[in-house]
Formats: sequence, structure tokens, C-alpha cells
Amino acid sequence: MKVNNIKNNTLTVTTKKRKRKSELAMYLFMLPGLIYILVNNYIPMGGLFIAFKNVDYSKGIFHSDWAGLENFKYLFSSSDAWIITRNTILYNLAFIIFGTILGIAVGIMLSEMSSKLMAKFYQTSILLPQLISIIIIAYIGYAFLSADTGLLNKSILPKFGIDPISWYSDPKYWPIILIVVNLWKGLGFSCIIYLASILGIDRSIYESAEIDGAGKWRQIVSITLPLLKPTIITLTMLAIGRIFYADFGLFYQVPMNSGALYNATNVIDTYVYRGLLQTNDIGMSSAAGFYQSVVGFVLVLLANFAVTKLDKENALF
Amino acid sequence: MKGVKKSEFKYQFCLNIVLMLFALASILPFLLLVIASFTDENTLIQGGYTFFPTKFSINAYKYLIYQGPMIFRAYGITFLVTFVGTSLNLILTAMIAYPLSRKDFSKRNLFSFIVFFTMLFNGGLVPSYLMWTQFFHIKNTIFALIFPNLLMNAFGVILMKNYFSSNVPHELIEAAEIDGAGEFTTFFRVVLPLSLPILATVGLMSAISYWNDWTNGLYYLTDQRLFSLQNVLNRILTDLQFLSSSTVSSQIHMDMPSTGIRMAIAVIGVVPILVLYPFFQKYFVKGITMGAVKG
Repeated sequence: MKVNNIKNNTLTVTTKKRKRKSELAMYLFMLPGLIYILVNNYIPMGGLFIAFKNVDYSKGIFHSDWAGLENFKYLFSSSDAWIITRNTILYNLAFIIFGTILGIAVGIMLSEMSSKLMAKFYQTSILLPQLISIIIIAYIGYAFLSADTGLLNKSILPKFGIDPISWYSDPKYWPIILIVVNLWKGLGFSCIIYLASILGIDRSIYESAEIDGAGKWRQIVSITLPLLKPTIITLTMLAIGRIFYADFGLFYQVPMNSGALYNATNVIDTYVYRGLLQTNDIGMSSAAGFYQSVVGFVLVLLANFAVTKLDKENALF
Repeated sequence: MKGVKKSEFKYQFCLNIVLMLFALASILPFLLLVIASFTDENTLIQGGYTFFPTKFSINAYKYLIYQGPMIFRAYGITFLVTFVGTSLNLILTAMIAYPLSRKDFSKRNLFSFIVFFTMLFNGGLVPSYLMWTQFFHIKNTIFALIFPNLLMNAFGVILMKNYFSSNVPHELIEAAEIDGAGEFTTFFRVVLPLSLPILATVGLMSAISYWNDWTNGLYYLTDQRLFSLQNVLNRILTDLQFLSSSTVSSQIHMDMPSTGIRMAIAVIGVVPILVLYPFFQKYFVKGITMGAVKG
């Protein structure tokens, strides 16, 4: 009995030792990644205080004078603050609405295809723009829109008797151009996500609906869409959480950084970049960045809170 | 019964037409790029970029080859950065994801949150830029193309962590340890070999982001010798003269086919991805769907 006890004790001691050693190994595994996150993500979060400074490179960042709320006063008294906020939010709303509708429609069509081979071909083609760099897309845009040699001005508009348009200097066309480019680029991504969740639906539901005499349209409206609801809600909420962030490449490259278009193409991300590296106005730039980080964070939290309320299973955390 | 078959046929026919239109809309712009790059310069100036040019020419490519050093150099840098960056990314991501997947690691929730929080909140460009340039002095070094933002991201960590917890049985790890294998041996000899599909997916995502990245070069590089392919493309799009101004060998005189050359250089930038795409698209699709289901 006693011998047994001692044996048991030594056993637990060795497993404990092994456990501790194993915990130590776990920390070692994580160390490089944690250092990277600390540097790349957490230090810049702390660096948000720069928005309250008057950055002067000769004095160094920490020794620059405090500016209080001056930077924010300047930012919000300019018309820029309103324009970039409006553009960022309205473009994102358009992307969310049209992107979701198109993604669901194409996802459903792909799932209805009886030839799996053709479905695969369509899916592969539609996904292609997703993995091309935005710069190449800007070149493609140029091939279509160039004033002197573009496909639209040279080949398509003349057929309808329309005079050439100088696309890169007239802002009124850009909301539509940017929405089209974004949908074109993002369709592959969203239709694949919806397709995956449609394929996850139990086939027997459709079979019994068919026996009951439900047509294709009826099946889509009464089975597919309701069962897609959780995916739609989650993706939409995620996108709403990111509504304060814009795709820098889309808004900077595709309009070719044309100054004449800023009214229609300037978003928070391009504004921050231009302030920091082109006009050297760090105060405004950092204030806009701070505004984006904080409001963006609040929106992410609200969006997730909404998902939790609507649908517990799909909450992110 | 025959009626049902007929309507089903009609239905499939319509589906094919609509989806074919979407597929063409996705592919044709790339075709325009390629055709324009092979079009004769005078034809381009008169007729513009078009799908049906009257005269073809390879002058744009000839000119690019004369400008060879810069393009080849940029290609080399892109390859190097993509290879080194993706390798480091995979190592860092797998190593941080593994402890987070271990049910017997007591602090895994805390550290999972530390990783996840970076998806919710960030400091933005200005503090990052000042930190990288003022404290780490990466301006105009090759590290500028590798370190900022792309080396590891929370999304990849979450994908990998989920894969480890659902596809590598805990009993297997325990068995390896009872056999006397240390944690590191277990990780490299047991866990990683069982996780090749997720390594392929995360690695591919990372390689594409490195290959396509132009922002790091835009923020941190002014030295043209370090430009990646995307940075060269970025400069040429708005400043065609950049191509001739940086000529290393100026003995060769040749008029720049300026309208066609834009498209030729874009084609050069996109060809590697177009060629490899059919082979890796499976992993790409997998990455998207996994992220959506479990993100």
C-alpha cells in the first residue's frame, strides 16, 4: 500500500515536471511570433499618441512638442474631413450592398450547375481578378479609360456617337468606375464563400421540396436564401465593422492618383498616406489615422455585438 | 417526364449563358492587356487599345529587353522577397499557432486573444511608418519589403490553429511524448508532416501577398535599385520616362514605343501568376472557404 503511494507520488511529480517543461516549450514556440506582433501591431497602437504631438523630426518623436487637440481642430475645420468620411462610408456601403447581391446570385447559379466541370471553369475564371495586384488592374483600367488610346474612347463610344470623355479628369464618372472595379475584383471571393455554404445544405431538403412540386425559383427563395441567412448576416456585419477602412490600392492606383479626381476618390486611407509622404503634413495625417483607428474599432465592436445578438453561433468572440 | 427534361435543359442553358458572361468579363480584360502589348505602336496610336488590332509587333518587348537590367533586377528582388518572406511567415505562423491549438496549454485563451486583437484594432500608417523608419531604420533596405505587415497575420494564425486542433489528434502528440520525443521533435516530426495542406494554403496566401505587394516599397523605398517588380510597375504607370531615365546601358538607342510598352510591362508582371494559377487555385479556394467558415 505504502509502496504504491510513493510510486503514485513520483509519477505525479514527473508528469508535473513534464508539464512545466512542456509549458516552457510552448512559450519558446510562440516567442518569435509574439515579438513580431508586439513590434508590428502593438507598438504602433501605442504610437497613436502622435496625433496629439507636433512632430518635428529634428527633435525626435518623443521630444516633439505636445499639440493638444490642435491637429484635430485643423482636420475637422477643413472640408477634407467631411469628404473623406463621406467617400469612405458611401463607397463601402455600395460595395457591401451590390457585392452581397452579386455574390449570392453567382454562388446560387454555380451551385445549380449540373456540369461540375463547367462550374469549376466559371469559378476559376471569376476568381482570377482576386489574385492580381491592384497595379495590374490599374493598367487594365488605363487600357479602357485612357483619353487618347483607351478602348472606350476609341472603339466603343464612337459606335454610339458619343464624344470622347477625359475619364481621368472628370470626377463624376468615378463612383461608378470604382464600384464596378471593386465588384469585378471581389466577386470571386464572395461567390465562393456563398457557394461553399450552399453546398453545405442538406440535399434531401431540396429533394423533398421537388417531390412536393416546388420549382427552382421556389426552392431558391424558400430553402437556399433562408439557410444562407447566417452567412449573409455574418459577412455583412464583418464588412460593416470595416466600413471605416478603404482599400488603399483601389482608391490610389485605379484613378492613377489624379488630383482632379480627389473629390470623388479621396478616402481616409489615401488622405493619411498623402499627408504623411506627399504633402508632409504629419499633424493632419496622424489625426485622420487616429480618427480612423478609434471609430473603426468602435464599429468593429458594435458589429460583432450585433452578430452576437442576432445569431449566437456566428459571433466572432 | 420529357417536359421536365426539356425545361431542365433550358434552365441549364440559361445558367451557362449568364455564367459564361461573368467568366468572360473576368478574363477578357487580361486578354486586352496581352493583345495591346503585341500591337504595333502606330496602330495603337491611331486605333487605341483594342481586341482586334490590324498590325502586330513585338517591339514593346524588344525595348523592355534592352532595358533588361532594371526589369530583371526587379524580378529578382520580387522572387527573393517572396521566397524569404513566405518561408519566415510559415515558420512564425506555425510556431505561434501550435501552442494555441494545444488543449493542455493553460494560457492559450489569453494568447489567442492577443493575436486576435490585432484584427480588431490597429495603429494605422503614421505610427507604423515612424516606428519602422525612425527606430528600426529600414528605409531603403531590403527588409522594408519583408518586415512591415506581411511577415505574419492573425488570419493565418487562426486558420492554422483551427487546422491543428481538428486534424492533429491530441493522442498522437501524447503518444509521441510517451515515446520520449521532446516538444520540438513532436512539432517538427509529427505535427507539421500531418499539416501539409494548411501549410500549402497559408504559404500560398502569403506568397501572393508578397508577390503583389507594392505599398511597402511605396512607403519605405526611394532607392530604385531595391524596387520590386510591383514598385517598377507603379512608377511606370504614371511616369513612363522612369523607364528610359534609369537605363543602365544608354548606348542602345531605340524609340520607346510608349503606348504599347505600358501593356507589355504589365503582362510581364502578371504572367507568372497566370501560368501558376491553374495549379494552385485549389489551395486558394480552400483558404477562402476555411476562413469564411471558421474565421
